[in-house]
Amino acid sequence: MTFRKYLVLAGVSVFAAAGDSMLAQGMKQVGSIAPHQLSQIILTVLNPSIAVGILLLLCFFACYTNALSWADLTYVMPATSVSYILLTLIARFFLHETVSVTRWMGVLLISGGVGFVTQGPALTHPGAAKPDELPLAEGVPR
Amino acid sequence: MRTLYEWLAIAAVVLATTAGDVLVSRAMKQIGDLGDLRRRSGILTVIATVLRHPGFLMGVAAMAVAFYSLLFGLSWGDVSLIVPAATSLTFVTNAVAAKIFLHERVDQRRWLAAALVGAGVVLLAL
Repeated sequence: MTFRKYLVLAGVSVFAAAGDSMLAQGMKQVGSIAPHQLSQIILTVLNPSIAVGILLLLCFFACYTNALSWADLTYVMPATSVSYILLTLIARFFLHETVSVTRWMGVLLISGGVGFVTQGPALTHPGAAKPDELPLAEGVPR
Repeated sequence: MRTLYEWLAIAAVVLATTAGDVLVSRAMKQIGDLGDLRRRSGILTVIATVLRHPGFLMGVAAMAVAFYSLLFGLSWGDVSLIVPAATSLTFVTNAVAAKIFLHERVDQRRWLAAALVGAGVVLLAL
């Protein structure tokens, strides 16, 4: 794991948290949409919050595909769940929401999961590694 | 009825996200480390290679289905139920799918990590 790779994982977390909160805000402005109003749900992209949310999620997706090009899916997913911790911290310290004890416990569990998985190897299956690295790919941190 | 819709949306999001993640993950492993590819042939080659990969495009289609299912779900129900429920379930389904379809070695450490994160996300929703 290099500094660049940690930076990519951080990008996944930050853009996911920011994008999701913009989407949620936008959908609250748009209001309830019935299942048969398909055209209306497609037009939701015109809402500014949703548009910004989609842009942020595109950045998320660029970082995410980059991470998946050198790490397992079962590594990237828990490692980037830092985004939930970020969301809780944003809610508590910037939006001044009350964060309950249960939610802080949730944050602790997620931190535990992130800590666990990032201590292990990022790539475990030899299928797609560069040919010259095949013998190393199994169980060796990169 | 509203609850049924909510859980249908959650199920659709979980299934489509898992399919998308597995397809994109497999495509990216076939393409290889994007950082290395960029150093060798430049950023435009990276973008062209990724955007022309059929598996990647199928994965993106699945993720688009997941995205619109999520938008439907968010318009019917609370973000505090749908997002955490869908995400925490996705951690578990992704671990199973990665083991079966991507042949990743999901060892105890990773099961534990997926379970801890999944449980943590549920607690955030309470």
